[in-house]
Amino acid sequence: MVYEARQGHPGGDFSAADILATLYFGVLRHDPETPDDPGRDRFVMSKGHCTGAFYAVLAAAGYFPEADLKTYMEPLSMLNGHPNRNYLPGVETNTGPLGHGLPVAVGIAIAGQMDKADYRTFVLTGDGELQEGSNWEAALTAGHRGLENLTLIVDRNRLQQGARTEDTASLDPLDDKWRAFGWHVEMVDGHDPAQLLAVLSAPARGRGKPLCVIANTYKGKGVSFMHDNVVWHHGVPNKEQYEQAMAELVR
Amino acid sequence: MSAAAPKNDLYFDCRDSFAATIEALAEADPRIVTVVSDSVGSSKLGGFREKFPERMVNVGIAEQTLVAVGAGLANGGKVPFVSAASCFLTARALEQVKADIVYSNVNVKLIGQSSGVAYGELGPTHHSIEDLAWLRVLNDLVLIVPADPWQTEQAIRAAAAMDGPVFVRVSRMPVPALERAEARFEIGKAETLVEGTDAAIIANGTMVHRAVAAATTLAAEGLSVRVVNMATVNPLDEAAILDAAGTGAIVTVEEHSVRGGLGGAVAEVVTANDPVPMRIMGFPGFLPTGSASWLMERFGLTEAGIAEAVRQTVARKK
Repeated sequence: MVYEARQGHPGGDFSAADILATLYFGVLRHDPETPDDPGRDRFVMSKGHCTGAFYAVLAAAGYFPEADLKTYMEPLSMLNGHPNRNYLPGVETNTGPLGHGLPVAVGIAIAGQMDKADYRTFVLTGDGELQEGSNWEAALTAGHRGLENLTLIVDRNRLQQGARTEDTASLDPLDDKWRAFGWHVEMVDGHDPAQLLAVLSAPARGRGKPLCVIANTYKGKGVSFMHDNVVWHHGVPNKEQYEQAMAELVR
Repeated sequence: MSAAAPKNDLYFDCRDSFAATIEALAEADPRIVTVVSDSVGSSKLGGFREKFPERMVNVGIAEQTLVAVGAGLANGGKVPFVSAASCFLTARALEQVKADIVYSNVNVKLIGQSSGVAYGELGPTHHSIEDLAWLRVLNDLVLIVPADPWQTEQAIRAAAAMDGPVFVRVSRMPVPALERAEARFEIGKAETLVEGTDAAIIANGTMVHRAVAAATTLAAEGLSVRVVNMATVNPLDEAAILDAAGTGAIVTVEEHSVRGGLGGAVAEVVTANDPVPMRIMGFPGFLPTGSASWLMERFGLTEAGIAEAVRQTVARKK
């Protein structure tokens, strides 16, 4: 998709891919035939720039034909560079600017709490994105209200657009920060579906706290020349690189 | 006394009208909830909190989360009324208003309280005379600036009845109840409070009753001046504006900056269709220290100031 569109954010797509696949094929209670079902689990894609991975998973899950992926970012495509709920079923809120997903997800979780509904709300953020203060406003409210129906997954690839997070505005100790805000924290290997599945599908009821899953990942996972390489935040492979990447990913 | 003059000398705080209306609506519709940022008192929502404690979400002093939580509650099937001081609601959370509410097209009602220069002496950080300018470019956001208690109730009811994002700009400045030949409110439709053929004043919010008083003064001088209450700034009643241009002179008046508000909206329509002399009345920018009423006097937003602006604009007629 990124190769054909000649733009995109492949590094973050690959760090999030295993998380997204685990959610859509192992955790979320959802039905692409009824994307507006009030009882559905909600997934909010806060790192909205990683539509390469998000759209691929939505298509594989049946929200729209996989053939449409070829239109990624083309004029008038429903596959905008950042997701738009008015174009595409399965998108809960329009993201793109960072630090928007978690506060909206907190609102969804409050609605569920008010209604004593049993749906859960999941939100995926990048890690550099946590430098946005809006996340910490929302974290306070989620902790205060004990939103046990809310799960945040942090794609902790340790790289932001220009450099390492810890060389830019450090986030560590990230787990302690969430605990201090009243959250329950789990740390997993974000490329191990079994670990992800175990923490994401554990019963939420009775925990009394929102859950933060810090998923340790690598930007560009699966492609040797992209692996943990900041250049690939929004790089586009040439033909040779594309062919090498596809060959490595198949393995 | 003209038909549109105030009924009596009683003045009202439109926030009371907002509060009574939202309580009544919430009785009838369990989906209605309120969202505040430690702004219960300033929104006059103490009564709502007493009646529906489980249906108020107070996120603390956190406007970005305030607006985003509204979007999330709408996703969960609620009809949220998000209420806070207009200066903070619109400026601090502008990107949330843009992305989470308007671009996402969700059913959230934003209530900008104590707009304009209501917080007079507190200064430009607390004035909200830019809100219409930075919201008016979001073309899918309905913008309503009610002029009196009755219209505030109508605006809140209309906002609740429609599916989609709405911003209602509420004032705490005391205003009289306007007298109307026909009491009818419709989003996107202006109302003519005084008929006139020599010039037209297009006003909204707290300026409408002053415009009516100015038209009364001018009538005694033999000038026939129309007063149009343009409560909806988006979508704009272009037909009413073109009719007003037919008088040959337009004065706009608003408790807002002269840049990008009602006056700018009217000017866009007038210049593209039927240019006539215009005068845009409002505030020039950051304001000096002074009470709300002193600021209005200082910048000519009074019966006398509006009347003089009309005389000058009529003198420029071709």
